[in-house]
Amino acid sequence: MNGEVKTESKLEKILRSGQFAVTGECGPPRGADAEVIRHKCKLLKDKADAFNITDNQTSVVRMSSIASAVIMMQEGMEPVMQMVCRDRNRIAIQSDILGGAALGIKNMLCLSGDHQKFGDHPQAKNVFDIDSIQLISTVRRMRDEGKFLGGDDIKGVPKLFVGAAANPFADPFEIRVPRLAKKVAAGVEFIQTQCIFNLKKFSEWMKGVVDRGLHEKVFILGGVTPFKSFGMARYMAKNVPGMDVPDELLERMKGTPKESQAEEGIKIAVETIQQLKEMKGIAGVHIMAIEWEEKVGEIAEKAGLLPRPSV
Amino acid sequence: MVVGERKPFDEITGMLEGHKKIMVLGCGGCVTVCLTGGHDEVRVLSSQLRMARDNAGNPIEIVEKTVERQCDPEYVEEVSGIVPDVDAVLSMACGAGVQYVAERYPGMPVYPALDTTFVGGSTKEGYYVEKCQTCGACKLFYTGGICPIARCSKSLLNGPCGGSTKGKCEIDPEVDCAWQLILDRLKSLNRMDLYEENMAVNDWRTNRDGGPRKMIREDFQR
Ligand code: SF4
Ligand code: SF4
Repeated sequence: MNGEVKTESKLEKILRSGQFAVTGECGPPRGADAEVIRHKCKLLKDKADAFNITDNQTSVVRMSSIASAVIMMQEGMEPVMQMVCRDRNRIAIQSDILGGAALGIKNMLCLSGDHQKFGDHPQAKNVFDIDSIQLISTVRRMRDEGKFLGGDDIKGVPKLFVGAAANPFADPFEIRVPRLAKKVAAGVEFIQTQCIFNLKKFSEWMKGVVDRGLHEKVFILGGVTPFKSFGMARYMAKNVPGMDVPDELLERMKGTPKESQAEEGIKIAVETIQQLKEMKGIAGVHIMAIEWEEKVGEIAEKAGLLPRPSV
Repeated sequence: MVVGERKPFDEITGMLEGHKKIMVLGCGGCVTVCLTGGHDEVRVLSSQLRMARDNAGNPIEIVEKTVERQCDPEYVEEVSGIVPDVDAVLSMACGAGVQYVAERYPGMPVYPALDTTFVGGSTKEGYYVEKCQTCGACKLFYTGGICPIARCSKSLLNGPCGGSTKGKCEIDPEVDCAWQLILDRLKSLNRMDLYEENMAVNDWRTNRDGGPRKMIREDFQR
């Protein structure tokens, strides 16, 4: 699925040229200090093609995704602006899309967003004016038809490469492929999946994706997260909704002496990437090492993903 | 029906501070059915209030009354003979009923004894759940008769989100995932084709977002 490049996004160019893409992730700080982002950027630079900037992830207030993305661009890197539907209505969403594009952002990830119950302001009113699938079609319409949702013409369309998330491990499993098909029908161009720990279940999902020919319509990047410790693995297994950590991985982490658990976590991540590289329909990986940014380079290196191509 | 829950007792006594004679006014509608604001609850709350005020050495006189429905001017009129004799009304109706009483009796303090919580029903005795958010443009045709707006925590029209786990919602393992229920129903109806269609962005004008709503039966207007 090469197709014509529609934006200036480096990520899009790499994917459309058929090269295996790598994306990373950078969580903005809980404060106004730009240096925190710059520091993370130094750790991540050249270790992946583009980097997601989370949007008040887990409903905890942080520096805005757009502002953080601009700081990242000043460091010579390409951000993927995440946008959730929890905090903005369609007016604010479209306004932020225009603003982000005007500031030079070239990729956007459309998400529903975690419920505010998980965050530091559970008292907040949520918005959910539109959902993630409707957000995808909104931004595609803005870009390709030059129209706002309300129908008016846009002068100066936002040239964004449009992505979304997919969680093959959430329930019910049997609609997870149809749900991806809905996102594809809405116009999504790349997908980053939830962290993959259960490779067996993931390949089952991928088989469904390939059988339906969806891998020819959307670039799928497999999500990979390294465990820092057995404690983190157990936490993710038990406390994070929609996360599937098989017992054998928990056992493997548990059986590793504390001081080498981090190393083992990285090893698991590298093995996962190697398996993903062989899997039909996988166009890249998305490495999420939140608050462990310094390890992204090591993982990419060990998985044979460096140096990143220049396009 | 409209479901309401009684406010914490301290909040009620706080509102009544300074009042010596009040009417506790129940409603025979929904709040009677959900066991929070009918005749029986008027009696219970009134005696609790009397006792608390007696204990505090500051007795209160209470007239107990329950009308058919407080959301109807005709029934609210029935207490017009009592209202001038009290110095406040504590309404045990839903928020709509409280307002009908307040609007009918200018200058009379009218307080809510309930927190109006949702439109729903019971699953077993004394156990009530939300079913409808009165969005004004019912979508149940598309969703197998299960409401995505009121019952999905994120009101997703194209769910389920990535947090749906074993039939439960990401916000609470005690809460059913509405989209799991919708999909189960669609499957049983052999209408999974409805799921494959993307639901377009909603027009929230029919919801409260379009301003306060009304419904007019033209044939009754002259
Ligand atoms: S779709 Fe709207 S009207 Fe229908 S049940 Fe849900 S909230 Fe109520
Ligand atoms: S888990 Fe289900 S009910 Fe809860 S927000 Fe997600 S789709 Fe909605």
